[in-house]
Amino acid sequence: MTSADFSVILPEITLALLAMLGLIVAVYTGKDRLAPVILWATAAVLVLLAGWIGLSGGETRTAFGGMFVDDAFARFAKVTLLLAAAAVLLMSEEYMARRDLLRFEYPLLVALASVGMMVMVSAGDLIAMYMGLELQSLALYVVASLRRESPKSTEAGLKYFVLGSLSSGLLLYGASLTYGFAGTTEFEGIVRAVSAGDNIPLGLLFGLVFVSAGVAFKVSAAPFHMWTPDVYEGSPTPVTAFFATAPKVAAMAMFARILHDAFGGVVGDWQQIVALLAVASMFLGAIAAIGQTNIKRLMAYSSINHMGFALMGLAGGGAFGVQAMLVYMAIYVVMNVGTFAFILSMEKDGQPVTDIKALNMYSRTEPLKALAVMVLMFSMAGVPPLVGFFGKFYVLRAAVDAGLGWLAVLGVIASVIAAFYYLRIIFYMYFGEEGDGLDRSSSPVLWGMLMVSAAMMVFGVVNLFGIEGPAAAAAATLVD
Amino acid sequence: MIGLEHYLTVAAALFVIGIFGLFLNRKNVIILLMSIELMLLAVNINLVAFSAYLGDLVGQVFTLFVLTVAAAEAAIGLAILVCFFRNRGTIDVEDINVMKG
Repeated sequence: MTSADFSVILPEITLALLAMLGLIVAVYTGKDRLAPVILWATAAVLVLLAGWIGLSGGETRTAFGGMFVDDAFARFAKVTLLLAAAAVLLMSEEYMARRDLLRFEYPLLVALASVGMMVMVSAGDLIAMYMGLELQSLALYVVASLRRESPKSTEAGLKYFVLGSLSSGLLLYGASLTYGFAGTTEFEGIVRAVSAGDNIPLGLLFGLVFVSAGVAFKVSAAPFHMWTPDVYEGSPTPVTAFFATAPKVAAMAMFARILHDAFGGVVGDWQQIVALLAVASMFLGAIAAIGQTNIKRLMAYSSINHMGFALMGLAGGGAFGVQAMLVYMAIYVVMNVGTFAFILSMEKDGQPVTDIKALNMYSRTEPLKALAVMVLMFSMAGVPPLVGFFGKFYVLRAAVDAGLGWLAVLGVIASVIAAFYYLRIIFYMYFGEEGDGLDRSSSPVLWGMLMVSAAMMVFGVVNLFGIEGPAAAAAATLVD
Repeated sequence: MIGLEHYLTVAAALFVIGIFGLFLNRKNVIILLMSIELMLLAVNINLVAFSAYLGDLVGQVFTLFVLTVAAAEAAIGLAILVCFFRNRGTIDVEDINVMKG
């Protein structure tokens, strides 16, 4: 019994133990001198775990009386988020080392946050969900304020902490109401209580609303997005890159699991909430980004916009909606890793710059990188031949199939508005004013990440690297 | 007789006070931390009341988890606050304004 349970959560246990071991080793030996070693080791462990989870396959297994679920859906999300975390760690090393930021805690906190995210996507019970969410959030609050001597970074950490705690409180209040009116914290029991009568009991409806609001904070969906731009701007750039990728995948996957596993009986009720969140996020992300000149703030609004599209897939309900959301998130993560690899390499006289005006005539100094960034920006905007278009196409189709034609129309309008600021970056790079541009940087890791990501956006057109099949299988296990 | 609804009313009132404390407070970040704590404790009242009402122990187990996490959260919040104070020399809410958003 117990050994069977532990074999299900072996990847999580392994990662948690290795992270704690890393902490002890680093504290008793080299402290920050060991940081690069720990960083590479952590990234390697994350990649190995992703391979292990991805290849293990098999059918759905549960552990600890249904608290922890290991199914194809959780595996898809885990592989995506582990690979994203590993990629971000590798991108961070050089940037952090040169700015004296490379402390050994950083990779270990990322590893612990990854453990939390893995628990989140596998949770089959409100308690497990809350514990996973908090493990992730507490680690993220600390990495946001990693640059201790910077007013901006500590302010970002403080804002993230206060608003993150508020969202945890909302989610928890919803969880307590759900527990009270369903009589159980297990998703299986909740879904039975939800679909027992003709209408959802009022207490459970309140629970659903509060839980949705709490999760909407975590995925930075409007109108719960207000922490995002400040936290993205203030955190050190590698940390921002991390925020934009893995936690978003985890929170979105967790949202899908709550909606389908715990509230699967009342799709009509939560569809409206999710559709509203989607519309608000798409438009806010598209319109508010127009005035931004700081590329990190711009990426914050861009991610709000993308979350709106992912939520549109979820709003479709049903297996195809979940599949669309998973495909969209996977594509989103790849695009963001590439874009942040470029942002990390933006420097002038050895100092990082975040003003998009600094990109003026970048195509002249580094034509190849400018081309790669152009591909990524077109892909983010959803311009047809590139992979980003297929992500948008998927979620739009999910919305139309579910009879939410108005949502799809609004999505297309929002994506046209959002295209403006992606195109503006391209405009600066190719037709901007003359001026002293960025340094020519030569970090092979960042260069490689940018090129691989851009190449994937082009060559993925053939078959999206075959992620449709696993995503469909994952969605099928979640929605039956 | 004090029934379930009385406990739920108190918890809801405390929760709302906590939320208002977060948004209306213009003075001090410590008060934000206290408001967050108030919200979590309101949830605990909810959980314990439901647990007693349903005769089901899971709610009390959940409460213990929440208490533990709240302690860890307060520790991290105070640590970040100390770093912030070292940089800025103030913990007034109005001074959290290096970035506008």
